[in-house]
Amino acid sequence: MALNASQLKEGDTHQEIVVDDLTRTQLVMYSGASGDYNPLHTDDLYCKEAAGYPGVFAHGMLSMGLTGKMLTNYVGDGRLKKYGVRFTNQVWPGDTLTAKATVVEVREEGGEQVVDLMLETTNQDGKTVVTGSATARVDP
Amino acid sequence: MSDEIKMPVEGSHIMMFARSVGDENPIYHDEEYAKTTEVGHVIAPPTFPRAVAQFDPDYFLRWRPSQSWFGSGKNPTGLTEPSKSTGGLHAEQHFEYHRQLKPGDKLTVTVKPGKTWEKESKRAGKLMFTETIQEYRDQNGELVITSRGVGVKTERPVEQS
Repeated sequence: MALNASQLKEGDTHQEIVVDDLTRTQLVMYSGASGDYNPLHTDDLYCKEAAGYPGVFAHGMLSMGLTGKMLTNYVGDGRLKKYGVRFTNQVWPGDTLTAKATVVEVREEGGEQVVDLMLETTNQDGKTVVTGSATARVDP
Repeated sequence: MSDEIKMPVEGSHIMMFARSVGDENPIYHDEEYAKTTEVGHVIAPPTFPRAVAQFDPDYFLRWRPSQSWFGSGKNPTGLTEPSKSTGGLHAEQHFEYHRQLKPGDKLTVTVKPGKTWEKESKRAGKLMFTETIQEYRDQNGELVITSRGVGVKTERPVEQS
């Protein structure tokens, strides 16, 4: 399952649909598992009438978790060394997200082969919701 | 946030977390399968460390019975004087993994404030950014994960474009 340095080159991409029609139930599941019970993510009444939002929206960390699923599917389990993101737009119930990794460089670090990746997750309208980068160990 | 948080890593918590991000990879719940992999044991998904919120006794985004809560009940918010600020949003999150987590780890998480800065935005007014660094050490005192989060408080709700 792991990637091979010799078979990777700059510009290679991998992408996956990481959620299709995001449900409010998944937001509740994420709140329960992560411990972030902010009503902005589970409580429509609060969002509309107290917070000034059209409704509940996803935790940033859920967008990162969904993007992470594509990432670990691509680089293999237990291979990540670094993973970082910036949240650029909110994610809403009903959204379908596609996460994409692009190879930036294959290099050596501390006697290991690693790959640097650029990450971008977009919604069904092509709007970017997450950008980021990751470094993973690969086979020589 | 407390300055130091004890976080036990448990298999059932990892399973629930993986389910909540829609990740059905057996490495997150099936011990027998995990033994056959390169890592050799159940691991946690990459963003699991932020579930440390569950173990922070003072975490402000958790309802509790003895305190007023800003979410809705009879009314849209339980606060009598709702804050003008919409609260915090997450702007950035970065993890560095020194080794994989496994069920049975007993982590101690130290929380340090980082930089703060401000920025003006068209969609949400003045933005106030705050950085938080968390270091996750295991039962042997070894550094397992470093996390850097950036939170942002907006002057008004983010305008939808």
